[in-house]
Amino acid sequence: MENSNKRYWKGIEELTNEPSFVKNIHNEFGNMPSETDAKGDSLVDGAGTHRRDFLKMLGFGVAAVSLAACESPVKNTIPYLNKPEDVEPTIANWYASTYTDGGDYASILVKTREGRPIKIEGNKSSSISKGVLSGRAHASVLSLYDNEKLKGPQAAGKATDWTSLDKDFTAKLAEVAAKGGQIRIVSNTILSPTTKKVIADFAAKYPTTQHITYDANPAYGLTQAHGGVLPNIDFSQAKTIVSVGADFLGSWIAPTEFAAQWAITRRVSSEKGGKKDMSRHYQFETILSNTGANADYRASYKPSQEGLVAVALYNAVAKLTGAATIAGASVKVDHLEKAAKDLVASKGASIIVAGSNDPEVQKIIAATNALVGAYGTTINTGLAVNYRQGNDMAMANFIKEAGAGSIAAVIFYNANPVYNHPMGAALAAALPKVGLSLATNDRADETASLCQFIAPDSHFLESWNDAEPKAGFYSLTQPTISTIFKTRQAQSSFLTWAGLSADFAAYLESNWEKNILKGGKVAWNNALHDGVFEPTTATVSSASPSVDVNASAAAISKAYTASSTGLEITVYEKVGLGTGSQANNPWLQEFPEPVSKACWDNYAAISQPTATKLKLKQGDVVEVSAKGYKVSLPVLVQPGQAQDTIAIAIGYGRTKAGKSADGVGVNAYPFISEINGACVGTCTQGVSITATGDTKDIAQTQTHQTVMARQAVVQETVLADFAKDAKAGSFTPRVKTSEGEKDATDLTLWNGHEYNNHAWGMVIDLNTCTGCSACVVSCNAENNVPVVGRQEVINRREMHWMRIDRYYSSDAEVEDLKGLEIASDNPEVVFQPMLCQHCNNAPCETVCPVLATTHSTEGLNQMTYNRCIGTRYCANNCPYKVRRFNWFRYFQTDDFDFNFNNDLGRMVINPDVTVRSRGVMEKCSMCVQRIQAGKLEAKKEKRRPVDGEIQVACAQSCPTNAITFGDMNDPASEISKLLLVEKEGRAYHVIEEINVKPNISYLKKVRNKDAKKEA
Amino acid sequence: MCCKKLTLVKFLFSFLFLIASTTAMLAQDAAEGETLFKNNCAACHASTDEVLVGPGLKGISERRPIEWIVKWVHNPQAVIASGDKYANDLYNKFNKAAMTPYPNFSEAQIKGIIAYIDASNAAPAAPAAGAAPAAGAAAPAAQSSGGMMEVLLVGLLIIMVIVLIALLSIVNSLSKLSKAAEADPSKSFFERVSENAKSLAANSAVKTGIIVLVLLLGGKATIDAAYGVGIHQGYAPEQPIKFSHKLHAGQYQINCNYCHTGVYEGKGANVPSANICMNCHNAIKRESPEIQKIYKALEKDEPIQWVRVHNLPDLAYFNHSQHTNVGGLECKNCHGEIEKMEVVEQRSSLTMGWCIDCHRQTDVNAKGNAYYDKLVEVHNKDSKTPLKVQNIGGLECSKCHY
Repeated sequence: MENSNKRYWKGIEELTNEPSFVKNIHNEFGNMPSETDAKGDSLVDGAGTHRRDFLKMLGFGVAAVSLAACESPVKNTIPYLNKPEDVEPTIANWYASTYTDGGDYASILVKTREGRPIKIEGNKSSSISKGVLSGRAHASVLSLYDNEKLKGPQAAGKATDWTSLDKDFTAKLAEVAAKGGQIRIVSNTILSPTTKKVIADFAAKYPTTQHITYDANPAYGLTQAHGGVLPNIDFSQAKTIVSVGADFLGSWIAPTEFAAQWAITRRVSSEKGGKKDMSRHYQFETILSNTGANADYRASYKPSQEGLVAVALYNAVAKLTGAATIAGASVKVDHLEKAAKDLVASKGASIIVAGSNDPEVQKIIAATNALVGAYGTTINTGLAVNYRQGNDMAMANFIKEAGAGSIAAVIFYNANPVYNHPMGAALAAALPKVGLSLATNDRADETASLCQFIAPDSHFLESWNDAEPKAGFYSLTQPTISTIFKTRQAQSSFLTWAGLSADFAAYLESNWEKNILKGGKVAWNNALHDGVFEPTTATVSSASPSVDVNASAAAISKAYTASSTGLEITVYEKVGLGTGSQANNPWLQEFPEPVSKACWDNYAAISQPTATKLKLKQGDVVEVSAKGYKVSLPVLVQPGQAQDTIAIAIGYGRTKAGKSADGVGVNAYPFISEINGACVGTCTQGVSITATGDTKDIAQTQTHQTVMARQAVVQETVLADFAKDAKAGSFTPRVKTSEGEKDATDLTLWNGHEYNNHAWGMVIDLNTCTGCSACVVSCNAENNVPVVGRQEVINRREMHWMRIDRYYSSDAEVEDLKGLEIASDNPEVVFQPMLCQHCNNAPCETVCPVLATTHSTEGLNQMTYNRCIGTRYCANNCPYKVRRFNWFRYFQTDDFDFNFNNDLGRMVINPDVTVRSRGVMEKCSMCVQRIQAGKLEAKKEKRRPVDGEIQVACAQSCPTNAITFGDMNDPASEISKLLLVEKEGRAYHVIEEINVKPNISYLKKVRNKDAKKEA
Repeated sequence: MCCKKLTLVKFLFSFLFLIASTTAMLAQDAAEGETLFKNNCAACHASTDEVLVGPGLKGISERRPIEWIVKWVHNPQAVIASGDKYANDLYNKFNKAAMTPYPNFSEAQIKGIIAYIDASNAAPAAPAAGAAPAAGAAAPAAQSSGGMMEVLLVGLLIIMVIVLIALLSIVNSLSKLSKAAEADPSKSFFERVSENAKSLAANSAVKTGIIVLVLLLGGKATIDAAYGVGIHQGYAPEQPIKFSHKLHAGQYQINCNYCHTGVYEGKGANVPSANICMNCHNAIKRESPEIQKIYKALEKDEPIQWVRVHNLPDLAYFNHSQHTNVGGLECKNCHGEIEKMEVVEQRSSLTMGWCIDCHRQTDVNAKGNAYYDKLVEVHNKDSKTPLKVQNIGGLECSKCHY
């Protein structure tokens, strides 16, 4: 970065050079466990091995080994008794299915081995999810093997069987119905049309039944502004994107779908005459969200100003388009006028989205969208979207009714409102007043444990189901494993209670053949094979909702203030854990949040100036209270966040979810307030924060690997410069020699390699990588990466092969300390996926004393676990810090009581990848098992592999196609074509000057900002 | 005249050629027939006169006319329904068990099968025609313990022996010198020998020599034993059911792939499931106590726990289809002559050295496989030897370890 003044840093501690950071700079894996830090009694706290213990263990070990060597145990091989015709052991079967979790939707392909699902990939047949998945969808396969789900139905907290549950429950239901008592079914958004039909059948039998739908992360405001349904949003057509608090790339409504569309507008090419324009993205928000981190221009506001920001934006646009302005106190937000100017300039290709759940704010935004011609182009009201159907008013009303004792029976259909509704405590208090209660939740969670009956639903991978994510677009779910526990899918339960046949599979098929496919068995089989049925092309409507902007503005003026001085709480959803429905999934708990890079916790995020003002620093435990609700949690200093705000994530603080989730973080749902009849994730009144004097480390991975003052790790430029010169902002390393200055890559100590067969490589586009980390979860699942837990992450020993480095930067001079401090209030952010670079001149290979890491004839840097003796020389010599060391045995060890520590959890292990033991190095293998399998398939068919046939897990899962993997020896491959174009443009190698010649190239980030004015 | 001669020669040649080609064609038919027979018929019929599920087929071409056989194979039920006496007798004789129809077999294919049956009965010792393409030299069972070490030890042993002889000769001449005077001719030969032996035993150089020798031999034995840990060559455990490969694969020549369904497709060859046994044993030898065990397992719904003979460590990835389907290797290359084993035993050492040896020596089965075309071309440019597995990365770690 000699060419720019930018300074990049990974965390506040690096910027301010804190002692803890300086101490650990050269300490990639944290301290070695030594005798002096033996304070804990568990291995994890630092193994305090004494000499005598060591000798004892040694003696025992020698004896045990020699005993074990005497006779090898007899191993059995147990074939099927009756082999199913389509299952061949050791060959994977793939089934098309659908992932739904509330309103989250993805059409998926499930990989099963010997009848057990082990991996989920996207289904390209779907025009909606287009073959990409979120991290949560990837992780859902592990939730199938959650040992802490209920093993069967329960009545009054005791295990029972289905027959007696059905008998008792229907008898009581009949009693309620006879008396005309009110029955409620409470659920989150249901995407399945057939399930809704089942509920209607149930309601027909018990006519007092009402179905209440709510969402833990509602979009009630948006649906209210559009006549009760969500409109279809398409970012791919947008030239100007403005988001007011909507984290649409990370957590808002359908982030993977939106990210894919967004990426289309952000892709540029260095080719002469190639695409040199991209959308401009403005983000106004309170926290530094994943979306804000990717925006070109970003500014922050306080939650109490949110409605007025919408009004100000409307007024700014109205002024430019000649429409009437509306009343509202003016707020000062940077870039707002500029955003309005761009919106109007790209009229017809502009879009404004808002994250607020306040219907009045959404109405103003809808009116603004109408002014910039978004309806009919970027927003389509002709295509109803079903992702969020929750009705906040109805739910609040239900809780009030329950409290008043006017509800006779309630069925919670996979809903946990006691935990994830702001009035959960009120509901918990009201439930004893409800005569009959049942939950179909998969575990005795916060809500189910308060119910009289629990009729556990099966996991979606064990069930039949369907989905209609958008009107006319259908999708099927089929079971890929028979039920693990004695569970029964909720639809069958409802049918049983309604006195109908419990065979939901037959019910689903007949409903599809009659009402959806309008065809017979063949059509059904085709739909089941494809996983989706999309007969319609979406109708486009340019109708915009009619909005009384003045009435909305008046309502906003009442609820928001332009200048508040007090502290405010904002509640947000994390990209990884979401609403907490899968909180007991260790992969998601250890998912480093894209921006904060923290895992295993939620925390009170505050900005640096606020921290200074409150005399707090990172890790101080504070008590945050508002609305009579109090929580204690550690402080995390978050650059870019609005001043005087505290951000707390939902999804944590579970108490009855299981070992991995219970007691991790605190529950933030109660801080959600009611504004204009909707649940809005803010709390602006009476917020207090006090230090408790305790401290608690936050498990953050951000500064675990540092750039060691290397140059050109991340490279970036602005669009205007890039359009002029594709090499703008690129760094070409030069070295001085006795023969004058030379390119660093011209000097080499190595002989190089010759690749006759394949040359596998990867290109990662920093311009489209949003940092969403779906690849991280996908990699964990594919490569049996162990979960190490909170303490080991703090000890800097996380095992992820793929990490997303997040760099903050500013334009201030390196010496200009003051400037840097200001810049850190609203830094620019770069995300850089970092994995083994598979160097052709690999420094790790030259230092391994036992040749455990070697180079293959296909360009891969191979790691041979059974040869490794754990010297860690390779990790010390790796310039990219991507090698991870197995300090402990992470499987079958009570110290790491996660999925690898129980038989059920181990069912998710990929049988084609070794589970690594203690004392060996590991790192990205470029999914060599997939490469080998793909090559074998081609050899069997006597042909060369086709480009795209072999995919690595990260590239396959990337929602934005930021990762391109392929054979660089095949001139027809996508990667070869891309590199040919970008070689003289954006492509660069990280730390090119040390000439290790990686097989992974990066494409420089381009921001759509105005070119810097010449100084 | 001259002209006539030439014609005669021509005629003779063409006649010879005709005969040769007919024989070749017949042989080819029989070869195809053998494959078809083994894959389709052998489960129920023997090529001898032994009765399995259906009648033995020896002499079938004499018993029935070819037209009848073709009709029967294409649709046995139709022949029975037509009231054919032979067919109905046969049907009743075999408890009205209908034969599976093979409507897709062409007449030529059926003739081929008959040609094979006839040929196998005419010359039972003749080697099977049309053996699968040779897949390069089968790797000799490798001497797994390191060759280097042995050479070293033998060398040391020789040196030691030479030193010993030298020492003995010195001792001998010294004792001769010192004892020349007191040589007592009265002492018998045996007394002298024992005296010499005593003095030899007292000699420290000899003692040291012997100790070193014992240590060396002991060391070699230990190293050899250590190399043998975990190698189970010759392991032939008793199985829960006394299944004989000699009978099934040897005598009845059932194709390996019939039971081991994954061998050309997947990573594992797969131990057959009980329903595959039942394809034949629902009719054959139902009363045998060994086969009753399968029935019991099916009744109780308890899978049969076979003892695993070939155990590769989890850290090694081995894929059958790469070797059988792509490499064109035969099962016996690694498993030995299974068709002669009453109880299956592990014939190869299955050590990494054994794998590597084979990868060093084996030619790539590249013929007709477009995957290898470019690799062969590049290889042939600067090498005269055929493309070996090791030339295309066959010795690399991540071919088997990941």
